[in-house]
Amino acid sequence: MDKIGKDLLKKVADLHEIPEGAYNIRENGGLGGRRTTANIDIITKEEKPGIDIIIKPNTKNESVHIPVIISKSGLDDLVYNDFYIGENADVVVIAGCGIHNTGDDKSSHDGIHTFHVGKNAKIKYVERHYGAGDGLGTNVMNPTTVIEIDDGGYMEMETTQIKGIDSTIRKTSAKLGNDAKLVIKESLMTHGNQYAKTDFTVDLDGENSSANVISRSVAKDESYQEFLSIINGNNKCAGHTECDAIIMGKARVCAIPQITANHLDASLIHEAAIGKIAGEQLMKLMTLGLTEEEAEEQIVNGFLK
Amino acid sequence: MLELKNVSFKVDTEDGEKEILKDINLKIDDKFVAITGPNGGGKSTLAKIIAGIYNPTGGQILLDGEDITNKSITERAQMGISFAFQQPVRFKGLTVGDLITLASGKKISVSEACTYLSEVGLCAREYIDREINASLSGGELKRIEIAMIMARSTKLSVFDEPEAGIDLWSFNNLIRVFEKMNEKTNGSIIIISHQEKILDIADKIIVVANGEVKSYGTKKDILPALLRNENTSFSCVKL
Repeated sequence: MDKIGKDLLKKVADLHEIPEGAYNIRENGGLGGRRTTANIDIITKEEKPGIDIIIKPNTKNESVHIPVIISKSGLDDLVYNDFYIGENADVVVIAGCGIHNTGDDKSSHDGIHTFHVGKNAKIKYVERHYGAGDGLGTNVMNPTTVIEIDDGGYMEMETTQIKGIDSTIRKTSAKLGNDAKLVIKESLMTHGNQYAKTDFTVDLDGENSSANVISRSVAKDESYQEFLSIINGNNKCAGHTECDAIIMGKARVCAIPQITANHLDASLIHEAAIGKIAGEQLMKLMTLGLTEEEAEEQIVNGFLK
Repeated sequence: MLELKNVSFKVDTEDGEKEILKDINLKIDDKFVAITGPNGGGKSTLAKIIAGIYNPTGGQILLDGEDITNKSITERAQMGISFAFQQPVRFKGLTVGDLITLASGKKISVSEACTYLSEVGLCAREYIDREINASLSGGELKRIEIAMIMARSTKLSVFDEPEAGIDLWSFNNLIRVFEKMNEKTNGSIIIISHQEKILDIADKIIVVANGEVKSYGTKKDILPALLRNENTSFSCVKL
């Protein structure tokens, strides 16, 4: 792998070297490396591009890295990844996509990830999106995540897009069984003329299921963000959605939280706040000796941390 | 030494121009100076003018002989002025540890950051990773604000009503914090306060009312009259 590929791997998966445990590296639409373990199998799909990641029941404390890196300009990459998390498993899945586009053509990656979380299984899913390159070509990513959590299952999804993605539409939908729990944490920053749309739909179908969807975003320059978060309470359940956005420059943010209680014992909350950095926050940090720019950077970094 | 020469501050209101500070002349070179006086008398404005948050509409401010009237908040902070807000600011995402580190201006160890928190009576282990958000009470925020000033350890520290919002039990500890700071500091501490106990540990007391310095002197000279309410009394003109 060349230096650009290694840099992208570092950005999206915190990987300096080949990871421990199972992994599958997708590089410019092809296979860049794979390792399976006794408990985690990775199989290439035959009918369409993508892989099946099969985690055996009761697998504990193992991780799977599935980074995607694109350093070719003009590549449109589409991939279907299906995750089967066996009953009582407890695993971490680290995905991420990095595009380094130095050419003048559009490079894109559309990942469609489907998670089948088995009974009482626990999974942490970390997803990072990053773009770089000084060409005129745009970096486009449209990830779709479909989640099904069986009874007693737990999934935590951490999704981060900090830099360099010109256009993204991120769709996540989830269905939860009895006592299942879903936590989604999104951090997003857009700059320049970027566009980012987030679209969460969570169906709390099971009794005592719960979901917490938290988004923190910063929109800079002339970028535009849309945030849609739909939680449907179809049983005795608890749902909370929160969108907190900082706008800077001429950026715009539109937040549309929607909660629907279809059951008398559904307890749902939505919160949304958009605003610029408070003047007194800047002032406080300036009284500590920071310049206005440094203060702004600290506030933004802390907010997205 | 901090010197204010003919400092005035006017604001435009619906009823025309209002003078918040009128021709203030002060020389502050003692270790511990308290500014007191009635609400609305101009004390907080004076503190903000020293920190650079407000720019005076007239006059000059000198720090160790250097004219800082046109210096920004950042420049004054870097020159050695610290300012503790009366109403501390909340930050989503930044932790107590982050702010203490920023205040100290260098990378400090967790144990160093914890020392400052312990000084203001907060159990460091519980607070160091907490976000400066709405989950902290007003009293906790005030103590963190003081810890930040301690971490900065500059030649001039200005506290705007540090006791406001602090419960009675903590108040006695707060006095001890300031007594200790007074012993340790090589610079000057200016505290805006209404509390007799704080005035009592000050080297000098300045009484500000109606935008003017009404009196300035040692505790012995000022305090008895203050307690008799001579300097700060003001009459309400019947309409």
